[in-house]
Amino acid sequence: MKINTLMAGLTFAATALSSQAQQLDITVTNLTQGIYYTPILIGAHNAETSLFSTGEMASESLQMMAEGGDISGLSMMLSSANADMVENPAEGLLAPTMATTTTLDTTDGNMYLSLVAMMLPTNDGFVGLDSWMIPTEAGTYTMTLNAYDAGTEANDEIVNGGGAPGVAGIPAAPGGDAGTGAMGVTMNEENGYIHIHRGSLGDDDVAGGKSDLDNTVHRWLNPVARITVVVN
Amino acid sequence: MKLSFNNIDFISLLPLALLSGCNDNDPSPMIVDEVVVPEPVIYSYEMTVSNLTYGQPLSPIAVILHDEGSFWQTGESASLALETLAESGDNSSFLTEELVLSAQSGTGVIMPGMSETIEVSLTDNQPDLISIATMLVNTNDAFSGINAMDLTNLGVGESISLTTRSYDAGTEKNSELVSTIPGPASSGAGEGFNEMRDDLNMVGMHAGVVSVDYGLSTSVLTQSHKFDNPTLHITINRIN
Repeated sequence: MKINTLMAGLTFAATALSSQAQQLDITVTNLTQGIYYTPILIGAHNAETSLFSTGEMASESLQMMAEGGDISGLSMMLSSANADMVENPAEGLLAPTMATTTTLDTTDGNMYLSLVAMMLPTNDGFVGLDSWMIPTEAGTYTMTLNAYDAGTEANDEIVNGGGAPGVAGIPAAPGGDAGTGAMGVTMNEENGYIHIHRGSLGDDDVAGGKSDLDNTVHRWLNPVARITVVVN
Repeated sequence: MKLSFNNIDFISLLPLALLSGCNDNDPSPMIVDEVVVPEPVIYSYEMTVSNLTYGQPLSPIAVILHDEGSFWQTGESASLALETLAESGDNSSFLTEELVLSAQSGTGVIMPGMSETIEVSLTDNQPDLISIATMLVNTNDAFSGINAMDLTNLGVGESISLTTRSYDAGTEKNSELVSTIPGPASSGAGEGFNEMRDDLNMVGMHAGVVSVDYGLSTSVLTQSHKFDNPTLHITINRIN
């Protein structure tokens, strides 16, 4: 990992800002034991484009993705920026510990790689990669990714089907292992900026309590995903 | 346990002294003359493993040199040997897996804040890969370590340092019940290995423990057993 990062840095220094079309083989692995990823969006884009930036407010499109798993807004944004992208490589949910592999052909000028996918069950948690400069040197590059909070919805941890932007609650727990009848962990989202997710609380009460999440299943520590990029 | 003091220089002398005095691997001196027996080439590595956690003792460290394969993979089921190590801390079958060319166990439990230096050697074959594993014993089936790291570019006298994260073997539900935690948290009441696989049955990253203080009322663990990544600091020094 350190070596890869270093290599990427050296490559950058050696080749300055040259850009070229590249073919990438990309593998994304869900490292968690209890979290599913909704359809993944991967894009190669220019320096002026980004899917998300920590410390900034989420765009409406990012909110749609983070709260409900809907990547259509972000993919439209990427299209209008002439980005190259792969939508939904796992063809649905990427289950805990599972991996998906895809190919992305980039065009001149699209030198940065980004990725997002909502984490279920969470209110507005997502896994993300923000604008990683694609090395020009052929090789295999591996990174791990962290969980982010879009800052758009209170983490009440109530599984009620609420997935539309601005609607409280968690759309679903795909593992079928959530509880019901929770009172809610919190009604407030005090940090409205995109930030590292503080993790879910969960509880041990399947028919009440503060949270519908199971504290022995639906929690995680970073990193939550691994991405391996083969630059051909 | 005895080696868990921080006097690393002193400890590192011991395996060297043992090595130079040990000629068990030499071919028999009774070989007829004229046959030139090459001196065996010994590749030796010295590992110092530090426990970075607040309250998770580590089971005896397993160190393995190998040329191919790996000992676990995200998304695949744990081997029986890994399950045994991750649920009970017993590394004996892990150290004798088929891929192993040379293996060494730590001498005992490494308490939080402590470290141990372990040497492992291989004769007449420069190993390509190293793997290290240890259980966080106040958990159901958490382990940490290195999986098949490339050693081929590590020259004599060079060292590499890194930190490691924690994995969940996925073979035992993280119930945190007193009957399932083998470490001191259960005062010896907890079971270690059990062949039943009642969890995901896939290796993944560990989510950390919940503990009774954070809302798992049936947990034998307290806030003092919580951990975050990284859990180990490891330095690998090639000494020969």
